[in-house]
Amino acid sequence: MRHSFDDISAQLHKRHRRSSRLKWISMGALGLAGLFLALFFADMLNRGLPAFQQAYVQVEIDYNEDARQMGRAALEPDIAPLVSRSFERLIPGMIRDNSDLLGTTETRWVLTNSEADQYLKGHRNSLSDDEQAAIDERVDNGQVALKFNTTFFTSGDSKMAERAGILSAAVGTVMTLLVTLAIAFPIGVMTAVYLEEFAPDNRLTQIIEININNLAAIPSILFGLLGLAIFINFFGVPRSSPLVGGMTLALMTLPVIIIATRTALRSVPDSIRHAAFGVGCSRWQVVRDHVLPLAMPGIMTGSIIGLAQAMGETAPLIIVGMVAFIPDAGGSFTEAATVLPAQIFTWAGEPEQAFVEKTAGGILVLLAILIFLNATAVVLRKKFERRW
Amino acid sequence: MNIQAASQHTPQPTPNVGQPVSRNNHANHELSIRVRDLNLWYGETQALKSLNIDIFQRNITALIGPSGCGKSTFLRCLNRMNDLIPSVRIKGLVEMDGRDVNAAKMDEVALRRRVGMVFQKPNPFPKSIYDNVVYAPRMHDLVSRKPEQDELVEKALRDAGLWEEVKDKLDQPGTSLSGGQQQRLCIARAIAVQPDVILMDEPTSALDPISTATIEDLMDRLKEKFTIITVTHNMQQAARVADYTAFFHLGEIIEYNDTKTMFANPATKKAEDYITGRYG
Amino acid sequence: MQTNQLLAMFSGVLLLLGLLAFFLGRAKAARVRASGTAMYAQPDQYAWFAVVATAGPAITVGAVGAFLMLLLGAEIPTLYLLAGSLVIAAIGLLVGMSQVKPDFHARQAIERVIRWVLVAAAMISIFTTFGILFSIVFEALRFFQMHSFWEFITGTVWSPGDSFLAAAGRGDEGGSTAQFGSVPLFAGTFMITAIAMLVAIPVGLLSAIYMAEFAPSRVRTLAKPTLEVLAGIPTVVYGFFAAITVAPIIVDVAGFFGLDASFNNAVAPGVVMGIMIIPFISSLSDDVISAVPDSMRQGSLALGMTKGETIRDVVIPAALPGIISASLLAVSRALGETMIVVMAAGMRPNLTANPLEDMTTVTVRIVAALTGDLEFESSETLSAFALGLVLFAVTLSLNLVSVLMIRRFREKYRVNNL
Repeated sequence: MRHSFDDISAQLHKRHRRSSRLKWISMGALGLAGLFLALFFADMLNRGLPAFQQAYVQVEIDYNEDARQMGRAALEPDIAPLVSRSFERLIPGMIRDNSDLLGTTETRWVLTNSEADQYLKGHRNSLSDDEQAAIDERVDNGQVALKFNTTFFTSGDSKMAERAGILSAAVGTVMTLLVTLAIAFPIGVMTAVYLEEFAPDNRLTQIIEININNLAAIPSILFGLLGLAIFINFFGVPRSSPLVGGMTLALMTLPVIIIATRTALRSVPDSIRHAAFGVGCSRWQVVRDHVLPLAMPGIMTGSIIGLAQAMGETAPLIIVGMVAFIPDAGGSFTEAATVLPAQIFTWAGEPEQAFVEKTAGGILVLLAILIFLNATAVVLRKKFERRW
Repeated sequence: MNIQAASQHTPQPTPNVGQPVSRNNHANHELSIRVRDLNLWYGETQALKSLNIDIFQRNITALIGPSGCGKSTFLRCLNRMNDLIPSVRIKGLVEMDGRDVNAAKMDEVALRRRVGMVFQKPNPFPKSIYDNVVYAPRMHDLVSRKPEQDELVEKALRDAGLWEEVKDKLDQPGTSLSGGQQQRLCIARAIAVQPDVILMDEPTSALDPISTATIEDLMDRLKEKFTIITVTHNMQQAARVADYTAFFHLGEIIEYNDTKTMFANPATKKAEDYITGRYG
Repeated sequence: MQTNQLLAMFSGVLLLLGLLAFFLGRAKAARVRASGTAMYAQPDQYAWFAVVATAGPAITVGAVGAFLMLLLGAEIPTLYLLAGSLVIAAIGLLVGMSQVKPDFHARQAIERVIRWVLVAAAMISIFTTFGILFSIVFEALRFFQMHSFWEFITGTVWSPGDSFLAAAGRGDEGGSTAQFGSVPLFAGTFMITAIAMLVAIPVGLLSAIYMAEFAPSRVRTLAKPTLEVLAGIPTVVYGFFAAITVAPIIVDVAGFFGLDASFNNAVAPGVVMGIMIIPFISSLSDDVISAVPDSMRQGSLALGMTKGETIRDVVIPAALPGIISASLLAVSRALGETMIVVMAAGMRPNLTANPLEDMTTVTVRIVAALTGDLEFESSETLSAFALGLVLFAVTLSLNLVSVLMIRRFREKYRVNNL
């Protein structure tokens, strides 16, 4: 029994419909994933951008006798509750350092407290009606305004939301990542060179390979347990320090660097190796002088990606104690420190509304750095990409 | 070569466009596919140049010629497999059953159902032998109940000469068979949907000589029911199995002729050179 | 003197000796060569050999000594140990210098050393795995000495609340005794993982199908890295997103249907985790689907199958081992995910089938146990390692199965880029 085109086409209608349905559904799935991404970024921007502005108030400071003891006495009573306590606390010291101030007055822009800041940004706050009226009046007079929040970038953590910044966390991140890179990069590259260029194809090599793939998939929190049990409890590395954090992250970053380096080494064609062997180079000389330089862009790209991954890692660092409250940036590699994601985690746990904004602001900074790092890696790859 | 080609260029020896130079008296001459002025471009490169050929039902037509001459490309025009390549542009007529195959209204899925294909490398699906055969007929609603399916599988596998070898292991994966068996499974799969035409793209080039002989025998039996168009690199194979042979060169059909005549007494110098092994 | 200062001095002296070895070795080799004798290696290679001979044994002795001190508690004064190492360095320097002679294969000797250094580097990844295993197993065993393994596996009550009293030897004073039944934690973990998979597998797989089969190549080159951005976002950020944005939405939606949802419900972290995992599935599935040979597709299309049927019945089954492998990796990822659940899921062990209730997970309890001001010896702290052990075992098996499946796929279709 043969069929004519018309018979077949009639029967095909339904099947074609089903086929195109698959196309639209799968396209929808991709769109949905994109929508998630867009919503996520929109939400973070919406919550985080206000953190880059902070409310300031112009106050008249009256350096009187009472202010020696209690800074608040120097401020006008109706606005005093709205000024950041961090500023009030400075006043007695200022008088002590410079007794000429006593009896003078001064007009200055100072930080408001976070409640006033939140009110000005239209968020939930605990100000009374009178306080709100006081602010509204000054806004009209140009004595209260939102200005760029330099404090956010120049100070460390604080219990007062208006003074809290990311500097100490940023410094901690840099120090931790320096340790990570110093350990993971050489070991990772050496491992990859061994596996790609030297290792015989035997049982041990296979075990190392499977092991590396496996390491890449072990939950990060387990690396934290390793850091706690071995680095801290066994070797006595100081808890909460960039040293122990960096060492822990180095072990996590190792597989990323190894895998990227192996791919880079593998993409160097054998003809280069054969040419170098042909002029009498030893295996090590071939690797050092010919293969590694050609593979370097790929290795750098992989290392940057690995570093970016380590930079966003939080769970293992919490386990090794890097969630400390660090108001002042900078210290040594063995002193307690915190890192950006851990700072975000700490702020996310604060009950005050103002910290929600700080958290999202910190997230925006972290995401910006990560995007920059990954973009660098992409550019690097594009620039040095070579087809053999 | 070019100078020679220019000087040797003769107009079609027969007045009838697309007809073979001489007829094979044993062959069937009902028209299956008519091709007129068919041109094909890959991007800017023209791969097929003004082809004209009439292909007859229930025959084996072999397409021969040096590599890159366009014979596989031409074969893929007949079931529109070239649609899968985005840069391809086609102009001209391929007519089957009174319909233009390339027309916008033609459903390529329906076309492929009537024009089956067997590929160079056997490509059984990652399914059991049974499912490999029954999958398409079931989708096309040719069979529904289990006994019908069993019957169809057995018939297709018998027609493909594979039944005796696999009847006890129908549930094993198609990929577990040997290369020659896989290719016959692919043939069984193609004939199970009862097409009019079966295109074979160098079906034996990946196989050993014994499997090749088996497939050649099979082709000879299948032409009772199907129109077979086969591309081959192997001239002996064309001579052995084909009723008609078309010689392709640089995207043109140089000579379309009865196979015996073509190999004994080719009408064109180029075909003669190719057949006698001057190039290729 | 402080250990730090000692170490600094040791490093400094060793560095000096190394430099000395390099220049002396090179000078001597150059002299020998200048005298017209043919040498097996270059002067620099002799110099490097001298450096290796000087520093290598000294560092090894120092490291072994330090290890003995830490591991076996051997009482070796640091000063003597380091001084001893330096003496060995000096001896090494002399030996190295004496080897600078024409018939010595300095290059081969160095390359042997380099090879061993590379092997040592490669072993570090193995040590890491064993380090994780041993650190967890060791502490977990201590936990199981205090609490029965059986109770841990089958118990349905997790209330470590009073364990610190027990650790302080005052176990009788706390009203109830601590209980460590991990079933509610695993139930919570699997619930959240299941929700994540319900989001990630359909969206990820369908996205992969679209990218590999339908999308124009420009869309594909753009969509793939865009999706991978989802995997690059730090988990702490997702945790914040889940807790502050998604959880209230879930509560509102549930309220709209007249359901009562907790703000720490399991749906919010589950959904957000699913979003995070989409690229794990889509990326690997896309690679696998693209690796299915085109001949399969053509075979199906040539039988008069539609594109959709070809994908559903031929391409996906062929790619199935890879897709399953990707999904297993994703499950393993979800089980071990920490920050999202720490920030968005509950703290209360809760054995329930209702995803709108709050429930806690294994990783949440690990973090909770290790971030409090508890004594390390308390059973709550140690329970973290017992939980970690189970987590390790489960994720390890999932990863191994996944690796084996992808390897099978690779061998079947002879693709090397997976």
